[in-house]
Order: sequence, then structure tokens, then C-alpha cells
Amino acid sequence: MFDWLMWFTRMDNSKPLALILFFGAFCGVLIYVFTDKRRAQRLESYKNIPFDDDEPGRPDASLAEIHPQSRKVNGQ
Amino acid sequence: MSQSSALPAEQYNYSIVRRFTIMAMVWAVLGMSVGVYIASELAWPFLNFDIPQLTFGRLRPTHTTMVIFGFGGSALFATSYYVVQRTSQARLAFPWLAEFTFWGWTGGVALGVLSYVFGITQGREYAEFEWPLDIAITLVWVSYFVVYVETLRRRNQPHIYVANWFYLAFIVAVALLHIFNNLAVPVSLTKSYSLFAGVQDAMTQWWYGHNAVGFFLTAAFLGMMYYFVPKQAGRPIYSYRLSIIHFWALIFLYMWVGGHHLHWTALPDWVSTLAATFSVILLMPSWGGMINGIMTLSGAWDKLRSDPVMLFLITSLSFYGMSTFEGPLMSLKSVNALSHYTDWTVGHVHSGALGWVAMVSFGSFYHLIPRLWNARMYSQSLIYVHFWLATIGIVLYITSMWVAGIGQGLMLRSFDDYGNLAYTFIETVEFMHTPYVWRALGGAFFVTGVLIMVYNMAMTIARRQPATEAELSAKPAQA
Repeated sequence: MFDWLMWFTRMDNSKPLALILFFGAFCGVLIYVFTDKRRAQRLESYKNIPFDDDEPGRPDASLAEIHPQSRKVNGQ
Repeated sequence: MSQSSALPAEQYNYSIVRRFTIMAMVWAVLGMSVGVYIASELAWPFLNFDIPQLTFGRLRPTHTTMVIFGFGGSALFATSYYVVQRTSQARLAFPWLAEFTFWGWTGGVALGVLSYVFGITQGREYAEFEWPLDIAITLVWVSYFVVYVETLRRRNQPHIYVANWFYLAFIVAVALLHIFNNLAVPVSLTKSYSLFAGVQDAMTQWWYGHNAVGFFLTAAFLGMMYYFVPKQAGRPIYSYRLSIIHFWALIFLYMWVGGHHLHWTALPDWVSTLAATFSVILLMPSWGGMINGIMTLSGAWDKLRSDPVMLFLITSLSFYGMSTFEGPLMSLKSVNALSHYTDWTVGHVHSGALGWVAMVSFGSFYHLIPRLWNARMYSQSLIYVHFWLATIGIVLYITSMWVAGIGQGLMLRSFDDYGNLAYTFIETVEFMHTPYVWRALGGAFFVTGVLIMVYNMAMTIARRQPATEAELSAKPAQA
């Protein structure tokens, strides 16, 4: 019943199969990431996430060490 | 030190980040000092003093454990807990469990180090803990996974930022590696035998060993890089899509390369070749990631002149690029025949460990410290001093190891006209004395830099303004 599984135990079969699967998956990732223009814009927009919890108008919320007196206490 | 509970306005749990940051620096001082001591033992063997606890064999795993798991591990706990909160805009889940990870990890590393000094070890490189500690560390690691994943689940961001992918891959992969490499049959509380035997045992060990480099010392620190380089530069990462390719390629390729540690052994030749092939391919995602990090400064290169923290971060990426070029080169069987079992390997490891891991950690900590304690850094000049001491120390270290390793390799394979070995073993040892002295000096430079950083950090904390602690929160809690 499970004799067909023996096909995978032969290195001559499993190595090219693994190559096809993994290379195919890698090509799939490349196509997904670099083809659609709107998707590309969406993906690139995620690069701003580290700045999303900064205070409005300040690229880096925590520049307190440079201008410690200018900080406002949040929510107060 | 724990202040978050007294400050309900604080959105994020910085208390745990502060603790791990402090412990990382404690481990750095201890582990790197031991490193300088054992480097000196190799140059001046009288430093063994015929005391078993001080011999190279016992102190070497003490050094590696304190710097990799003590310093590196604590740095990763600190930064991952910080990054996951900031990029998810959610407070850390299960604070009591996070506390457990701190005490469990710190206690585990401390007990492990003590056990090595007294000769209790599994004898597996970078996995020397005996089985009771292995089980304890597994519990800590599962807790880490639960805290991390639950914090991500509670995020207020639809997308999980790429730094978290790297951290999560590190957590999952290290769990797998730790469990399978430490499968053993205990015969007493302090002694066990590996479940594997012969070449399978060696292969399992180096599957673990190189993936510890790949996932603990590379993927996780890349997570650090993907957050702290953009934040310090004040501009987003060069290409988010490149970071996606970087992640998947790196994660896939690393798992296959461990066999290159066993070239010219009983390992089947095809496994050796497979490992070397994947090692060479690995150069591409490694350099893709390096370029992505460095190009983040594109258009703002002047920051390298004005910001010493940026110097640390960009120099770390340069060392990452250099060591990820050297690694594939050394994985080639012909090169490995010369380099393996010599100090070239030791130099390669340290160009990655000091140049990449430690430098990116220091840069990230210099970014973090003012934010965690809400204080201006005590001295910018001391950051510059630290940077130059560290850089000179690394250069001295790796160049002396190139000389020692390549010289030793060439001497060991030299034959005279009659087919006899041209040099005796002791002649190679005599040859290596001078590079060993320079290596110890390079290490001393590096440790001096760390001590300066600790002083700078301590003065910064001492001069902080506790009354404004609540300022650390970026927004009112939403979680």
C-alpha cells in the first residue's frame, strides 16, 4: 500500500525532487515580491513600521538624549 | 530597578529590557575578560598555575558560554522584547513569564559556567551544559516563545515587521537545535551520554553548531539590525522587499551548511559537497542583507562623521560582510584542508563574533540606553573611544589569527625532498607564540572598550531623571 513511498528513499529521486520544490518555492517568493506594482508599494510601506509609534512630526520619538527638555509627557 | 509597575502610564514593559541590557554588559565584561585570560594562557602557559579550574580546557567553554549565551543571549532577549513591543505597539504579554525568562536564563548561564569550571560538561562544543540544565533551558526557551508569539498576536499593527520574523526564526530554530542536539541518556545528575554515535553524533553536533551561528548569532542579530539601523539613521530600511528575500533565502540555506565543519572526516563525501555548495550560495543572501543595511544610509552618509552609534552599526555590517565572505571561502574543501584545525578558524569566528555580533549589540545598546533610562548619554566622546578600541582590537585579533592559522596550516603540510614532514609540531607552536601575544593584546583592547562602555552606561543611568520616566511611553496604552 505504501510501497510508492519507497521511491522517495532513493537519493537519485529525492534530491532532484527537493531541488525542484525548493527552487520553485524560491522563484515563487521572488515573483510574489517583485511583480505586482501595488503589492510592491504595499510591501515597501511596511518599512515605516519602526517609526509608527513616534510622536507626530518627529522622525525619531526618542531623541530625548539630544533635547531632553523638549519632550512632552504622553497622555498628560 | 523594576519601575514599570509603578508607572501605569508606561505603555511598554521596559523593566525587563533594562534588566537584560544590564546583564548583557555584566556577561560581556566577565566573558571577554576570561577570553583575554585564556588567550594569554596560550601565549604564556605558566598562567595555568597548575590549577585545574584555571586551565584552558575548562575556561574556554566558560568564555564561549558567557559571551554567546550570557552576553549575546541577554542582548537578544533585551532587544527582541523591545523591538516586538515597539513594532507591534503592544505591551509585552505575560510579564510574569518574561520575568521567568530573565531569572531562568541568567541563572542557567551562571550555573552552566560554574559547572564547566568544576569539570562537568557534555563535551559538545557550544552545548556543554549537562542534561538538568538543558531541560531547564528548554523550559525558559518555551516561555520565551510563548511571550513573544502572544505579544505578536496582541499587536496593533496589521503587519508583522521583518525584524520580528528574524527573531521568531531564531527562537524556533534554536529550540529545535537545542532539543535534538542534547538528546542523551543520563547516567547520573552530572553525567550523560549522547543518544547518537559515531559520525551521526558528529553530524548532529555540527548541524547544531553551525546553525547556532546561523540562527543565534546571525538571524537574531539581523533582527536587531533591521530595527536599530533604521531607527538610529532616522530613515527606513533601504528595501523592504529585499529584506523578505533576505529572510527566506537565509533561513532556508543555513540549515544545510553544518557539514562543512566535518570535511575530510568519516562524513559521506556527498554531504560534505552539499554543505560546501550551500555555504557558497549563502554568500548571496548574506551580502543582500548587508547591502540592505548599509544602503539605509544612502543619502545620509554624513551621519558616519557625526554619529558614533551609526559607526558601530555600519562597521558591524561591514564585518558581517567580511566574515560571510570568509566563511564560504573556508567551506571549500581545498581551502578547508589548510584552514581547519588551525587558528584561522578562531580568527574567522571572532571577526563574526566581535565585529558583527558585539558591534551591532553595542550600537543597539547605545541607541537603547538613553531611551530606556530617559537620559542623555554621559559622554559621546567615550563612545568614539570605545569604537576605536573595539575596531583596533578586532583588527589586531583577526590579522594575528590569519598569520598564526595560515602559517600553522602551511607548516603542518610541508614536506622535505624525501617526503618527511618539514616541521615538527612544536616548531609550529613556537611559530605561533608571537601572533598569540598580538591576539591577547587585541582582546585586551576590546575588553578595555567594553569597560569604557560600562562606565559610560553607569554614569548615564546615575544621572537619569526618574521623575520623567513616564515619558518613555510613546502613546497611551492601546492593548
